[in-house]
Amino acid sequence: MSYYPYAVGLAIVLLGIIGIARSRDLVHAVVCLSISQSGTYVLLLAVGFDRGGVAPIFGSTVSRSTRVVDPVVQALTLTDIVVSAAVTSMLLAVVLQIAKRRDTVDPDQLRSLEG
Amino acid sequence: MTPRVRLVMLLVGLAGVVVMLATALPELPGFGGHTHPYRDRAMTAAYHQSTANAVASVNFDQRAFDTFGEETILIASVMGVAALVRRLPEEQRRERRQRGHVLESTRWAATVFLPLTVLLGADVVTHGAITPGGGFQGGAIAATGIHLLYLGGRYRLLERLRPLALFEVTEAAGLAGFLAVAVTGLAVAGSVLANFLPRGQLTQLLSAGTVPALNFAVGVAVASSIILLIAGFLEQALAITGHRSDSQADDEAAS
Amino acid sequence: MTVVIMVALTLVLIGAALVVFTRSTARQAVLLAVYGLLLVFVFLAMQAPDVALSQLAVGTAVVPLMVMLTIRKISALHRDRKDRR
Repeated sequence: MSYYPYAVGLAIVLLGIIGIARSRDLVHAVVCLSISQSGTYVLLLAVGFDRGGVAPIFGSTVSRSTRVVDPVVQALTLTDIVVSAAVTSMLLAVVLQIAKRRDTVDPDQLRSLEG
Repeated sequence: MTPRVRLVMLLVGLAGVVVMLATALPELPGFGGHTHPYRDRAMTAAYHQSTANAVASVNFDQRAFDTFGEETILIASVMGVAALVRRLPEEQRRERRQRGHVLESTRWAATVFLPLTVLLGADVVTHGAITPGGGFQGGAIAATGIHLLYLGGRYRLLERLRPLALFEVTEAAGLAGFLAVAVTGLAVAGSVLANFLPRGQLTQLLSAGTVPALNFAVGVAVASSIILLIAGFLEQALAITGHRSDSQADDEAAS
Repeated sequence: MTVVIMVALTLVLIGAALVVFTRSTARQAVLLAVYGLLLVFVFLAMQAPDVALSQLAVGTAVVPLMVMLTIRKISALHRDRKDRR
């Protein structure tokens, strides 16, 4: 049971990859990529979790001796989310361009090395 | 590549990855364990820098340089999207007059929640060093709030409320502000992004030295970036129509 | 607390599978927002309020909105082309 959260994170990454490979629509593929990336959020936070720990924010309830969860992986996840949004927006803009120029968003109808 | 070949290749690849992951998994410390060496060091550093929110301390003090890189990624993607979705010479812009079908209650909800969301975003940015939140979250919340106008069916009002040229300036200003703090750290304390301001007292609004300043710079840049990103897509989806060159080509073919 | 996390994680896994195996992109955009919200709950249960806030704004609003607008534009392009033929 103590590895279940890691397994969930990894399974989400793999599910996203399966989705990309099966995709018949580039928008669908972009969404699957963002799902795949969201698996890494789960994995990162799971690694930093501490049973009985609270959020790593000093205040009236949290002092130096209080048990907290890892702030480092949370900061990494934060970065991850913003980068994911940036990547998704770029890819969606590329998909829009392909739709305009090629009149299709089906990857099977797009041959490689086409402008 | 036929779909069948692709499926087989996918399955072979996945099987390999699953085997490797399954071998690696038991080597990880179990979920919820109590040993976190990085946590201990980061918490100690956050305490010494009087930054109540340890996540903000990691992002904007302990590894602020990485955050600068991340910030640049976001701004680069805004530039990329702007270049890709700009109006082509053969495309026409259509003025939208009709308001579409929006329930009166939706319109009211959007109008009421818009200022609340923007205020909430500003609050989340300002208190980033002492409560959950910060530049990224607050900026994203405020940027999302402005787009409630679109949900309320007021695209034209949104266009007026959102002078894109101004947001292009504020986006750059946010990045420049971050850079200014970085360089000042170099000049005053001898290293880039050094936390050179007085740290104050833990959990006070003006504590944590440069963290609130960096939070503010990032908040401005992120809010502007997201507004510009969504503006690009909104413009494409709602206002830009047709390929004039196509219809001209059709006309020529017909004559 | 751990039980809450495990249940929320299972829901997230199911949500991810639903998004990935939905063919219709329009339905996918809506499911993506719901999935984003499920992730918010997992992050809150895992004591990561900073990440939850970020995910709430970016994952349930900004990204699904961009996906929906892209779908809308693509279908408008298709309609344009059909009209002309």
